[in-house]
Amino acid sequence: MKRPLRTLLQVILVIPVVLFIYLPVAWLIISSISTRSELLSTPIHWIPQQPTFENYIDILAPGQGTSEVAKTFRITLWNSLLVASSVTFIALTLGSLASYALIRLRFPFRQTMLIGILGTRMIPEISLVIPLYLFATRFGLFNSPLILIITYLSFALPFAIWLMAAFFNTIPVELEDAARIDGCNRIETLFRIILPISAPGLVSTGLFVFLTAWDEFFFALILTSTVSAKTVPVAIAEFTGRYVVDVGGMMTGGVLAAIPPVILSLIFQRYIVSGLTAGAVKG
Amino acid sequence: MQRKLSLNQQDALIGFGLILPSLLIILGISLQPILSTLFLSFFESSRGINVERIFVGLGNYTALLSDPVFWVTIGRTMYFTLVSVGLELVLGLAIAQLIHSHPPGWQFLRTSLIIPWAVPTIVNGTMWRWIYNADYGALNGLLVQLGIIDKYIPWLTKPDVAMNLVILADIWHSVPFIALILQAALATLPADLEEAAAVDGANALQRFLLIRLPLLRPAILVALVIRTVEAFRVFDIIYVITNGGPAFGTVTISYLTYLETFSFGNLGRGSALSFLISLFTLIMAFIYIRVLYRPEETQ
Repeated sequence: MKRPLRTLLQVILVIPVVLFIYLPVAWLIISSISTRSELLSTPIHWIPQQPTFENYIDILAPGQGTSEVAKTFRITLWNSLLVASSVTFIALTLGSLASYALIRLRFPFRQTMLIGILGTRMIPEISLVIPLYLFATRFGLFNSPLILIITYLSFALPFAIWLMAAFFNTIPVELEDAARIDGCNRIETLFRIILPISAPGLVSTGLFVFLTAWDEFFFALILTSTVSAKTVPVAIAEFTGRYVVDVGGMMTGGVLAAIPPVILSLIFQRYIVSGLTAGAVKG
Repeated sequence: MQRKLSLNQQDALIGFGLILPSLLIILGISLQPILSTLFLSFFESSRGINVERIFVGLGNYTALLSDPVFWVTIGRTMYFTLVSVGLELVLGLAIAQLIHSHPPGWQFLRTSLIIPWAVPTIVNGTMWRWIYNADYGALNGLLVQLGIIDKYIPWLTKPDVAMNLVILADIWHSVPFIALILQAALATLPADLEEAAAVDGANALQRFLLIRLPLLRPAILVALVIRTVEAFRVFDIIYVITNGGPAFGTVTISYLTYLETFSFGNLGRGSALSFLISLFTLIMAFIYIRVLYRPEETQ
């Protein structure tokens, strides 16, 4: 095919894809800065005539007249951040140590354990939630950020082990042999040689674990009941029940909940594709 | 006298030490609960699990398997899974090919794909629910202005329409995932094979079907298995967009489990259902591990 014709055809195909990606997002953002009367008007106001950042100010810098809803979002955003960061830290620390042992050290049942751990990654949350719920109520952990951190580890930890395993596999064994000849023992080799050069793997694993924890909905829905532990997805979902009440506020909550994962993914985009290929799933 | 451990014994000891914390956590929050779920599935406890617990053996399972609601729900879940994953695969492959052909702005397109993938599922659902809104939604607004429909349609009041619109929202979120995986795989394919085939007179379609597609098979399989497992247990997006409605018309197997357990209080029956979901997932997981995990890499 002639070059200009080929380019024209490509552009004709690219445009609808780009529109399909951005139009819903654009509408989400526009809705978040529209006044209520403009949102509830027919025909639709595509471009708000009086754009307002009131919803954002209400959530990020609450004042005297701030609504209950805005306060809820503010607290739940904080809960989400607390839970997702804690889960990421624990899964990364424990997961990378376990992963290293499973990949590089020889001991009985190693293979079985590796496959078993990878298998638990696939257990759906719904199959774990009833016993975890009973456990939470019995030990007074129901509706606490702690129970979310504990239960999120059920997917975050195997996930971290899996991703780090894919990474450790790419580090040449000769590097370790060299370190041991120089007199390092296993632990020293791990902490002085392996972990420092694993920084990219740790970043990418941490990113995926954080995104997954930030996205999690089901455990949070079942195991929390008030703002003291609710995460931002639960706050947003509850809103949809009592609809049209405050669409602008809800869309603002959505934008704010989407900003951290979107920004992080764009910054670390080169890790995303390699991570996806290694079997990272965010839901 | 203390015996000096051999290097291998040292390794084994260190290995167990490094793995122990993770192992204990996984045993405690994954293995114990799943076994506990299996145990609960043999009981009936309609008056609350701590009040009364009657052993019914496989009763919950036989009751489920003879309940038409269960089969309707399975059928609906299969519909959701096949249609959404099927369309996602076709569109994902098409977009991956498009990116691979390096059109103007292909890097922008590749970066853009990350956005729908990164938007949290609940935000995605909320956004689409607002777009589908009967009175003020953007879908109605757009279609009326384009002259495709002449009055606003309450989209989410018909079960099959609602299900297809949930699928559309899921496609928006998941096509980028498949497209990103496949374009990464395409980028690693050797170009000389297709060039040689072209020299030998193979046309573009033959090159695609006979050379490119077989080479992409592993990547396609990975994407397919991951998405099938996810789609089969879909919950979040349905919870937000339709709440299982209208008239339970979008209740999938996970949603039914949720309703049985947390709305109707049938913990035993809910456990049986969720164990069946696990069983399906484990079968898929087996395929997944066989596809993704190559033991020779760790030797």
